[in-house]
Amino acid sequence: MLRTLWVWIGIPLIMIGIASAIVIYSVNNPPDTIVARMLTYERIFRVIREHMGLLLVSMIGATIVGVAGGIMLSRPSLYRIGRVMETLVNIGQTVPSLAVLALFYTILGLGFRVAVFALFLYSILPILRNTFAGIDGVEHSIIEAARGMGMRPLRVLTKIELPIAFPIIVAGLRTAIVINVGAATLATFIGGGGLGDLIVTGLSVHRDMIIVNGAVIAAITAILLDYLIGKAEERVVRWS
Amino acid sequence: MDQLLGMAFDVFRAAGNGIESIAQAGDRGIIAHTIDYISRRSDLILELMLEHLWLVVLTLIIAVTISVTVGIIISYYESFAQTVLGICQVLMVIPSMAMLAFMVPLFGIGFTTGVVALVLYSLLPVVRNTYTGIRELDPAIVEAAKGMGMTERRILFKIKIPLARPVIMAGVRTAAVMMIGIAAIAAYVGAGGLGELIFSGISRGHQPMIIAGAIGVSIIAIAFDYLFYYGEKRFSVEGSTREGN
Amino acid sequence: MIKLEGLTKVFKGHNIPAVKDLNLEVNEGDVCVLVGPSGCGKTTTMKMINRLYEPTGGKIYIRDEDVLQMDPIKLRLDIGYVIQEIGLFPHMTIYENIATVPNEKQWPKDQVKEKVDNVMSLVGLDPDVFKNRYPSALSGGQRQRVGVARAMVSDPSIMLMDEPFGAVDPITRARLQNEFLRIQERMDKTIVFVTHDIDEAIKMSDTIAVMKEGQLVQHATPSDLLSAPADEFVSNLVGRNRSIKRLHLIRISEILEDVDRAPAIKDDTKEEEVKKRLDESDLRTVIVVDRDNKLKGVVGVNDLKRKTGEVAGDYYQEVSDTVTDDATLNDALSVMLEIGEGYVAVVNEDEKYQGTITLGDLLNVVREES
Repeated sequence: MLRTLWVWIGIPLIMIGIASAIVIYSVNNPPDTIVARMLTYERIFRVIREHMGLLLVSMIGATIVGVAGGIMLSRPSLYRIGRVMETLVNIGQTVPSLAVLALFYTILGLGFRVAVFALFLYSILPILRNTFAGIDGVEHSIIEAARGMGMRPLRVLTKIELPIAFPIIVAGLRTAIVINVGAATLATFIGGGGLGDLIVTGLSVHRDMIIVNGAVIAAITAILLDYLIGKAEERVVRWS
Repeated sequence: MDQLLGMAFDVFRAAGNGIESIAQAGDRGIIAHTIDYISRRSDLILELMLEHLWLVVLTLIIAVTISVTVGIIISYYESFAQTVLGICQVLMVIPSMAMLAFMVPLFGIGFTTGVVALVLYSLLPVVRNTYTGIRELDPAIVEAAKGMGMTERRILFKIKIPLARPVIMAGVRTAAVMMIGIAAIAAYVGAGGLGELIFSGISRGHQPMIIAGAIGVSIIAIAFDYLFYYGEKRFSVEGSTREGN
Repeated sequence: MIKLEGLTKVFKGHNIPAVKDLNLEVNEGDVCVLVGPSGCGKTTTMKMINRLYEPTGGKIYIRDEDVLQMDPIKLRLDIGYVIQEIGLFPHMTIYENIATVPNEKQWPKDQVKEKVDNVMSLVGLDPDVFKNRYPSALSGGQRQRVGVARAMVSDPSIMLMDEPFGAVDPITRARLQNEFLRIQERMDKTIVFVTHDIDEAIKMSDTIAVMKEGQLVQHATPSDLLSAPADEFVSNLVGRNRSIKRLHLIRISEILEDVDRAPAIKDDTKEEEVKKRLDESDLRTVIVVDRDNKLKGVVGVNDLKRKTGEVAGDYYQEVSDTVTDDATLNDALSVMLEIGEGYVAVVNEDEKYQGTITLGDLLNVVREES
């Protein structure tokens, strides 16, 4: 019980605490007026809000589309297309995130929405692939047993295929989030805002304190999310 | 939640507009412009591409040397291993922009910053694969080698590393592909390479430049991925025939 | 009960039918074993009965009802189904696995619980021990038991079993087969059973249907099949040593009463008496049992020489293996070979000593039968 509390609340609070301490110290002790002007609570909250907006909208969208798409492609009638998709997705994932954002900028222009859309498409890939691979990986004999006992196709999907594929789907979500958090810091280059703003501002005015603030918050957000999903992953699989 | 939904709608509307603008872009002949740009500035693009490759290959050599060594060491010290792997995992999760930003106060703007950040990034895949590659060898093989009187040193170089090589190479593949992408971002902190085209293209609104950079980086990444995939296949074939199955 | 008429299956992209014009009738309460080399169409035939495969031509009747007109889901819910790979659901506990069909049928919770407990005990799995375990924590034999329990839980009158004991070692297989036969004796289900192992077929079946290249070669009782194989293919399949195969057909209990052998001694028997009984015995050993007639072990001439106590219970040797009286003579033979003795002690379900049979007894049977 105490352990669970520590794992789920203690460690996350420590991480948030470290980030907050650095932010509070920096805002209250600016070394010069430039930092004082550029590093305010208001600004920090704004970029965090933008960052979370980027993450949430693109991840929720990508999860829905990725999981639904993966399920659809794993159905026998679309299975062949699924295999082709798998190869395409693997190639797509090799394309660097900066290149993806840059290409979307050339097509759609600047702005938050463009960034979200690029992140959304980029995050679909691991989720789609893992959902498809997870369902595809369910042993044939298990499905045959389920069908032979009289389960309807929809029941086989919801009761057998999805639960067995679940750990792999979650692993795909984890990959997607890590990639997404990383790419979200690049959104600033195409006018998407977020924590990247702080880093880029810091770099352009040569103020390390601003850079470090942006980097710390971005890093801790990423580590925290990855940590939480990792712990959830451990809990999800009781059976293997 | 309403706000979220609103955002989502906005995004999809924007995507719709985007598709229209692709059509318009076709009218303006963006593809023609890009091809034109590439042929005009092929010397610059080639130079940046070589710079990019140099950055990646150099860091790959450094990173693989360090990572394989660390992987081998932790394969002997089990208690140590989980901590080291944990640290590497955290390093890899840190957004690349944040990692590069951390390096700037320490190493300034330039090539070194890029190299250090990239090395840190590529630790996890190679260390983890070296470690698991060695740990998951059939213990009977190692025991047989011991039984025949091989020294631990000989076992490591003649048995463990050759047998774990396919797994290690898979880690190097992951690291290499990742590095190519991050090297592009490293151009922002002065490490050079094709990322420069993307960044200056964005700041100048010069679309052909951006496309040339983005596609160039993607081609390098896909080519590396394929090369390593091909290499992996060869290695694994060798491995299975050597085992005599 | 089950009637196949002109059943044919041609898979897409194949010219040669997997099953061709098959006619077969299985009577209520019978175990019909489909046997043949791999690729002979036996599994395909079975999968058409619960319509996992749709027949290309022909009819299937269950209780004179046309199966092809029925809702396949309803059909399958009423037919027990066991496959070689077992196909246990790895993410569900043993309880949830077995409760699959009742839950699909939406039985009330307490009824499901009662049935699952019953059926688990029936296949020899203690519900309190195994209920909440996951399949990954079970041995191969235990998984097979769960597979059978899962198929039987809703009391289907028909069961389809595709090499259900294929994935376990020979000793476990023999034990599972015997247990299954014991259960079948009580339940009297109509069973279609697929195997490539002719010994298993002879042991388990009421009738055997031999298949070759999608066609039925012979459908007969095991005894008829052994004495009058329809053609060369069947006689090759049953093999040259047909008289030894007959050992599969006879239960130990059937010959035990004809065997005239000195009874066992109690564990409190004194030395004098032990000596006397050893001299009378044709085996140079005597069986030792306790007061409840439970098997303790054996005493041989050498044990008596090196004796460490007053009564037989102090110096008997434990036996390494026994057979149950519902096992076949072939099982007895394997155990004898296994333990390297010319005899084996027979016990019943409660481990009560029933008698001893020897290699000589088996030889007599083979001689009489051929």
